Amino acid sequence: MLLPNGIWNYLIGGALIGIGISFIYILTGFITGASSNIDSILSLISNKFSKKHSKYRILLLMGLMLGAFIYTFFTNSWTQTSVAYWRLLIGGIFVGFGTRLGRGCTSGHGICGIASLSKSSFINVIIFVTVAIITANIVKILGVIP
Amino acid sequence: MKKELTVFIGATIFGVGLAYSGMTKPEVVLSFLQLNDLGLLILMGTAVLISGLTFFFLSHSGKKAPLTHQKYGIRNYPLDKNIVIGAIIFGIGWGLSGICPGAGFASLGTGNFPVLIAIFGMMIGVTLLKVSTKGKYPLN
Repeated sequence: MLLPNGIWNYLIGGALIGIGISFIYILTGFITGASSNIDSILSLISNKFSKKHSKYRILLLMGLMLGAFIYTFFTNSWTQTSVAYWRLLIGGIFVGFGTRLGRGCTSGHGICGIASLSKSSFINVIIFVTVAIITANIVKILGVIP
Repeated sequence: MKKELTVFIGATIFGVGLAYSGMTKPEVVLSFLQLNDLGLLILMGTAVLISGLTFFFLSHSGKKAPLTHQKYGIRNYPLDKNIVIGAIIFGIGWGLSGICPGAGFASLGTGNFPVLIAIFGMMIGVTLLKVSTKGKYPLN
């Protein structure tokens, strides 16, 4: 069974994401991406990091949190991950380094880059998804669950 | 002020979508990566289709965005080796943690506070990138 949880939550979730990105684009021409928000948070702590667009990026990040909060509040579906803390920490370090070296993440390259039919985004996405599938399966085979 | 509000509202809709689909849970992402539930492909496909149609028609319309008067562009960076190396490193991190930047931030709104550890990790990662490239990266 490749879709044990059905398709509707993914279809509706994906549509909302596409609508959110389109709403911002139609009114402002801005193309959404999340990984550069990490720079903007760091720019609040250190002036070595770029403050470029940081007002918008921090609003973007607050919106993402508010939207997820609203859904979780009304469905009372609060959760805490049981993924091991070392995986979150080490994984996070790789995610921060890799997305900012590669100039994008799941939203920047994965949605907006592919939606722009960008060759570099297609290549980036194929590589990160393949490497992530291999990594997640190695971790599973090693018996680290979840 | 309208620009700020637009970004905030759009991001809020985006955040509802992330929580609705469960992508804010690392377990759901890992279940996709371990090929147990391929639903994230449907999520990505739907989001790409809607954004792609919007980008395509507006970028071909020659019009300008009403709030910024900037021409509608697309997102297309020149391919270089860092886009490839970055993808490999990101893939290792995503496969290990099940967390990517957008879903990670949204996850905090669902009360998933252990994800703060991953956000902290991302801040360390970007700092390491900055130091190891002598400030050349991250690019804006």
